[in-house]
Amino acid sequence: MKSHVEPFWWSLFGAGGAISALFLPVLSIIIGLAIPFGWIDIPSYEHIYGIFEPLSVRLVLLAIISLSLFHWAHRFRFTLYEGLQLHRFKYIIAILCYGSAITIVAFASYSLWNY
Amino acid sequence: MADKITLEVFRYRPDDNSEPSFQKYMIPLQRDWVILDALNYIKDHIDGTLSYRWSCRMGICGSCGMMVNEKPVLTCAAFLENLIPGPVRIEPLENFPVVRDLVIDMRDFLEKLKRVKPWIIREQEDPAIEEYKQTPDQLADFKQYSMCINCMLCYSACPVYGLEPEFTGPAVIALAQRYNMDNRDHGNSARMDALSDESGMWQCTFIGDCSKVCPKKVDPAGAIQRYKVHGANTWWKNLLLPWAKDK
Ligand code: SF4
Ligand code: FES
Repeated sequence: MKSHVEPFWWSLFGAGGAISALFLPVLSIIIGLAIPFGWIDIPSYEHIYGIFEPLSVRLVLLAIISLSLFHWAHRFRFTLYEGLQLHRFKYIIAILCYGSAITIVAFASYSLWNY
Repeated sequence: MADKITLEVFRYRPDDNSEPSFQKYMIPLQRDWVILDALNYIKDHIDGTLSYRWSCRMGICGSCGMMVNEKPVLTCAAFLENLIPGPVRIEPLENFPVVRDLVIDMRDFLEKLKRVKPWIIREQEDPAIEEYKQTPDQLADFKQYSMCINCMLCYSACPVYGLEPEFTGPAVIALAQRYNMDNRDHGNSARMDALSDESGMWQCTFIGDCSKVCPKKVDPAGAIQRYKVHGANTWWKNLLLPWAKDK
């Protein structure tokens, strides 16, 4: 990666780290434990659908999704080319990592917009 | 308590074309000895051909760093007693080329240090001002980073430096911060170029081993993270307010 875009990716990485540390444990506990184990009542489809009705809530959701993805992409890029010693493929790895994050973000934006 | 302990010392003497190897030395075990005392004992009483660096014997000069049982330490500050029963393996600092025995080639580090201009840069000097006073708070901003003794233990501990030798590395970035955060200094943007290029701070993946091994609690990992935040802010500022002056 060229030096001049590195701060950009790092900002997204940093923001993604902060936001996912804040929200993902809560979401995983609710969706992964509380609901399956019956600690809380299973919310109805309409109820959940209603929560994401306002545009502002969907924007927050998009921020959580996209920043977490960019956090992953940055980490994974370094894990691949340092951890697995794939220096020769430095640029391809960067394009694949950030590219897949961008693709998923584009898809998420599209779905949330056409909610 | 055993009264002897074995040291396995890395030997490399390029002048007699020998391959690198380990040599065992059995030495008396003295409770108050540090590793460096043991090496000095070997040099004085057993084998005068052993080469290593040291000077102050009190954790100030930073020249006695070696790998002891695979960890980078100052040998004048590591007690033999804590390594009983041995054997104790002593090797030159990792990630550096070896000149001879336990002596490493530190030119790469010195080159990098020079690149970040580790001195106070002033835009203008006013000869009428004789002294620049600092408040305790202003001093506290950078004091921690000024404690570095250039021992390079952090370079030995840093996996990124091991993999990418061009990486500027922990101590040099912490030392750049020492000057950047000094309120008498105006060299921030002059240093930024050297630190934000391909081999600069963005290479750091915040593993944090540098801060763990640092004998002076400099916390280079923290210095790099702070510098990344500053670098990212500058980048966004230049993008959004290109007309604003770089500070
Ligand atoms: S930062 Fe710490 S470990 Fe690194 S050279 Fe300075 S004193 Fe040694
Ligand atoms: S001999 Fe000076 S720091 Fe160890």
